[in-house]
Amino acid sequence: MNALRLALRQLRYVNKAFWRNPPAAFFTFAFPLMFLVIFTSLLGHGTVQLGSRSINVSTYYVASMGSFSLISACFTNLALSISFQRDTDILKRLDATPLTRAAYFTSRVLHALFVSILLVVITAAFGAAFYHASVPSGITLVRFLTMLLVGAASFSALGVAATIAVPNANAGPAVVNAMVLPLLFLSGIFIPLGNNAPTWIVWVARIFPIRHFALGMQSGFAGTSFQWSDVLVVGLWGLGALVVAARYFRFEPRR
Amino acid sequence: MTTPTQSASSSTEVAIRVSGLEKSYGSVHAVRGLDLEVHRGEIFAILGPNGAGKTTTIEILEGYRQRDRGSVEVLGIDPGRQRQQLKARVGIVPQQASSDPFLTVEETLQMYAGYYPHPKGIDELLTVVGLQEKRTSRVQRLSGGQQRRLDVAIALVGDPELLFLDEPTTGFDPSARHEAWGVVKSLARLGKTVILTTHYMDEAQNLADRVAVVAGGRVVALGTPDTLGARDVATAEIRFRLGEGPRPPEGLDGETDASGYVHLSSLDVTQTLYDLTRWSLETGVELEGLQVLRPTLEDAYLHLIADVEEMA
Ligand SMILES: Nc1ncnc2c1ncn2[C@@H]1O[C@H](COP(=O)(O)OP(=O)(O)OP(=O)(O)O)[C@@H](O)[C@H]1O
Ligand SMILES: [Mg+2]
Repeated sequence: MNALRLALRQLRYVNKAFWRNPPAAFFTFAFPLMFLVIFTSLLGHGTVQLGSRSINVSTYYVASMGSFSLISACFTNLALSISFQRDTDILKRLDATPLTRAAYFTSRVLHALFVSILLVVITAAFGAAFYHASVPSGITLVRFLTMLLVGAASFSALGVAATIAVPNANAGPAVVNAMVLPLLFLSGIFIPLGNNAPTWIVWVARIFPIRHFALGMQSGFAGTSFQWSDVLVVGLWGLGALVVAARYFRFEPRR
Repeated sequence: MTTPTQSASSSTEVAIRVSGLEKSYGSVHAVRGLDLEVHRGEIFAILGPNGAGKTTTIEILEGYRQRDRGSVEVLGIDPGRQRQQLKARVGIVPQQASSDPFLTVEETLQMYAGYYPHPKGIDELLTVVGLQEKRTSRVQRLSGGQQRRLDVAIALVGDPELLFLDEPTTGFDPSARHEAWGVVKSLARLGKTVILTTHYMDEAQNLADRVAVVAGGRVVALGTPDTLGARDVATAEIRFRLGEGPRPPEGLDGETDASGYVHLSSLDVTQTLYDLTRWSLETGVELEGLQVLRPTLEDAYLHLIADVEEMA
C-alpha cells in the first residue's frame, strides 16, 4: 500500500520530466500519430486480405499504429529513458534513498501505460473520425483491454531488460532501434503481411511478441478473430524479460 | 583491558567501524586491508591520491558495493546485508551524481523529501545551500557549482544522522566553499557525523576533527589536521631579513636565499626565537618580516605520500 502511494507520487515527477524533454516526448508521442496520418493518407484506400477476411487498409493502419504507439511508449521510451537515467548517475542517486526499486519501476510502467492509453485513444478517435474504423465495445473491448494491459506490462519489462544491452547512453537509440525496428517490419506493423508473405518472415513474426500483440489489438479495431494464445505469447515474453531484468538490471553505469 | 560495560558504551559512540577491508575489481586490488573508526559527531576527512581507494571504501560503507573481505559496521548496521535499513538514516553526496535535468530545483527537493520519514523543509534547505534564487530553475540550467550545491541539499533532505561527502566542494568558488564548510560544521554541532573525502588540504584543515591519509588501499596516517605526520613536533623554520649591521652569530645565521631572506631551522622555536630577538635588541639589527613557518598539512601530506611511493 505504502509502495503504491510512493509509486503514484513518483509518477507525478516522471510525467513532468517526460513532457519537458521535447525530443523524447515527440519521438514517443508524435511519431506514431504522424505515421498514422502518413500511412492512412498514402495507402489507406484499398483493402488487405488477412486470412479469409478482407479489411480496409485504413482500418489496418489504425490498429497497427495503435500497437506501434504502445510499443514506442513502453519498450522504446522506457529502454532509452532508463538507460539515460542509469548512465547519468540519476538511478544511482535514487538508489541511495529509501525509495524502493519496486516503487520506482511501478511508477515508470504506470507512466508508460498512461502514455500508451492516451495514444491508443487518440489513434482510435482519429480512425473513427476519418476512416470509419470501428471502436471496440462490449466483449471485444474487454479482450482488447486485456491485450493492451498485458502488452503494456510485457513491453515495459522488455524495455527494462533491453537497457542491459545498452552499453552507454549515447549508444541507446542505435541499440534499441536495432532491436525493435526490424521486428516491427517483420511483424507487419508498417507493411501488412499478406497471405503470401515468405515463410521465414511468418516464422519470425510467430516467435517474437510484436505480431501476436498486433493481432490482439487488430481484433479490437477490425473485428478479426481474437486468440488467447496471442495474449499468452506476449505475456510469456514479458515474464522472461522480467526474470532477465531482475537478474541483470543495474542501477549504475557500466564503467 | 576493556570491561564489557565500557565496550558497550564505546560502541554507541562509534558511527563507523571498518577492519581489514579488502576489495578488488578484477585484477585491480583497490582496497587492501583498510581499518577505520569514526566517532559519532565527528567530522572525519579522508585524503589520498587519485585511485587510492577512497571512493571504493565510501561506497562500501554506503552499501553500493559489496566488500570482498573484512568487517564493516555503519550506525550499528552491516551495509552489505541490511542496506535498506540504513538508507533513511544516511545522506550521500556521491563523487559523481546527478538528478533529473528536467525538474526544477524545488521539484527535485520535494521529490526526494517524499522518500524520507522526517524530511527537512525545502525553504530551509535552499537557504542552507544558497539556492533560493534558483528555486524554479530547471536542474539542467544550473552551473556546475550550483548542481553540486543541489547534491548537498539532496543529501540533507532526509535529515540524516550520518553524511557521506565524496569530494563535496569540487567546483565550488572560494566563497561557496567557505559557506559549505559552515554548513558542515553546523551539522556537526547538531551531533551529526560527517565523513568526507577531499583533495583540498585547507578543507581538511578547516573542517576535520581527524584526518586519515589513504594510499594504495590502506590508511597510511591518522591524526588531527594539526598533528598529522607529526608536523606539530617537526622542525619549524624561522625566516627573516637582516637590517643594516653585523651578521648574527654562528647557530643563528642559517642560510640566506637569493631574495635576501635568512632561513633558520629549529627544533626548539622558543629558545631560538629568544636567542635571536635578544641578539637583535642588543645589536640594534632589525629582523624584518620575522616569521615562524610550520610544515603545512599539505607539506605533511606530500611527505607521507612520497614515503609510501618510495616503499612501493
Ligand atoms: N567500477 C570499477 N571497475 C574497475 N576498477 C575500478 C572501479 N572503480 C574503481 N576502480 C579502480 O579502483 C581503484 C580505486 O578507485 P577509487 O575510485 O576508489 O579511488 P579514489 O581514491 O576515490 O580516487 P579519486 O581521488 O580519483 O576519486 C582505482 O585504481 C580505480 O581504477
Ligand atoms: Mg574518488
